[in-house]
Amino acid sequence: MWRRRSGAGKSEPEEQWSEPRAEAREPAALTIDALGRKCPIPIIMLADQINQVPMGAVVEVLADDPAAVTDIPAWCRLKSHAHVGSVEIPQGGWSIQVRRNY
Amino acid sequence: MVYLDAASTEPLHSAAREALLAALDSGWADPARLYGPARRAQMLLEQARADVAEVLGARPDEVAFTSSGTQAVHLGVLGTLNGRRRTGRHLVAGAVEHSSVLHTAEVHEHEGGTVRIVGVGRTGRVDAEAFAEAVSVPGTALACLQTANHEVGTLQPVDEVAAACQEAGVPLLVDAAQSVGRLPLPRGWSVLTASAHKWGGPAGVGVLAVRKGTRWRSPYPQDERERRRVPGFENVPAIVAAAAALRARVAEEEAEGPRLSALVNRIRTEVPRLVPDVEVVGDPLQRLPHIVTFSCLYVEGEALLAELDRAGFAVSSGSSCTASTLRPSHVLEAMGVLTHGNVRVSLPRGVSEGDVDRFLAVLPDIVRRIRASLGVH
Repeated sequence: MWRRRSGAGKSEPEEQWSEPRAEAREPAALTIDALGRKCPIPIIMLADQINQVPMGAVVEVLADDPAAVTDIPAWCRLKSHAHVGSVEIPQGGWSIQVRRNY
Repeated sequence: MVYLDAASTEPLHSAAREALLAALDSGWADPARLYGPARRAQMLLEQARADVAEVLGARPDEVAFTSSGTQAVHLGVLGTLNGRRRTGRHLVAGAVEHSSVLHTAEVHEHEGGTVRIVGVGRTGRVDAEAFAEAVSVPGTALACLQTANHEVGTLQPVDEVAAACQEAGVPLLVDAAQSVGRLPLPRGWSVLTASAHKWGGPAGVGVLAVRKGTRWRSPYPQDERERRRVPGFENVPAIVAAAAALRARVAEEEAEGPRLSALVNRIRTEVPRLVPDVEVVGDPLQRLPHIVTFSCLYVEGEALLAELDRAGFAVSSGSSCTASTLRPSHVLEAMGVLTHGNVRVSLPRGVSEGDVDRFLAVLPDIVRRIRASLGVH
């Protein structure tokens, strides 16, 4: 079934999915390894730990539950943090970057 | 058990039950034959066809009965693509269509056709301008758009898209499964599909309407039934019951639609007030009268359904943990909204205000307990 791979029309919700762009990747101040964990656990881990990094710093969540790719950007929107981008990682899954806004 | 999953299937309407029992006795014979009981079955079938056609805004000879809404979609999409093969092999569809549409599109692509999926905004509404642009591509054989989304209730801009399709000379298949019997139907379709068990008819009856002048060729081996559109012996008693349910439903809708819509409004307003960290999704106004969907942060959808079931409420969810595929709903994904902790409440005809109040009374504590079990307070 059609998933995010072919939905890149202009009406796609912004920041829903970012193509890998080397220049957009920032070194993360904290990496949360949520590989093997099912949603909502990766988001609970993120919510628990985001305050450990300084304001404006980036947290990286590694997750392989496909729900995380949608849910972490949605969490950012609901919680007024910034979703920096998401890229696939070689071991399977995604690295999803979030900037602490407050 | 309080049943709040009408979007999966509406309980059988009492009018359908009566008609079904009567037609099992009077409509069992082969409607294609020429003796008395056969003519009686044919008369019942044609009356049902005329009744359904009237509600759809179609001519009776444009309407065929299938064995399900899914079969109607498969036949509608593949048959129109077949009929338009000389024009081209490009298919356009919305990103939040029912899986029967998207799976058929997948088959089409697998067989060498091309597919363009048009994205949706945060409410699940397809971008009409992007859709119009997509259907203007030369070689477009068919476009597919639902009247309203089955998971979040958002209405689609069918009239605008139909106008664009007409201008481009592209037939539009409208999947009306969730809105037949509940909302007035758009007029600008070339092919329309629906499913009787969504409006209170029995399972096993779908509707495929193909406008006169739309090129259509069956993807199946030749069969004489249903004007050569649908293979196999018609289930006349079930079709008669489906038509009876639709007549009854349409007659009731003027009172029942606004009543259900007001209850949905109450849920939309009260859930975020009663439960912290909830996102109610879908369009708050341009929506079906009976569906409301929300997602609770830090809650597993499966646990939520199990607890609600234990408390006596039947609802469904688009969360990945509740899906056989372990993928979240493609609808929620395309909208970019939370997919975990997701609940779809869809109100059946006759649901009481008290049932909705009781649901709102049990929900906050259930969510709180599940969050506590995950260490979220």
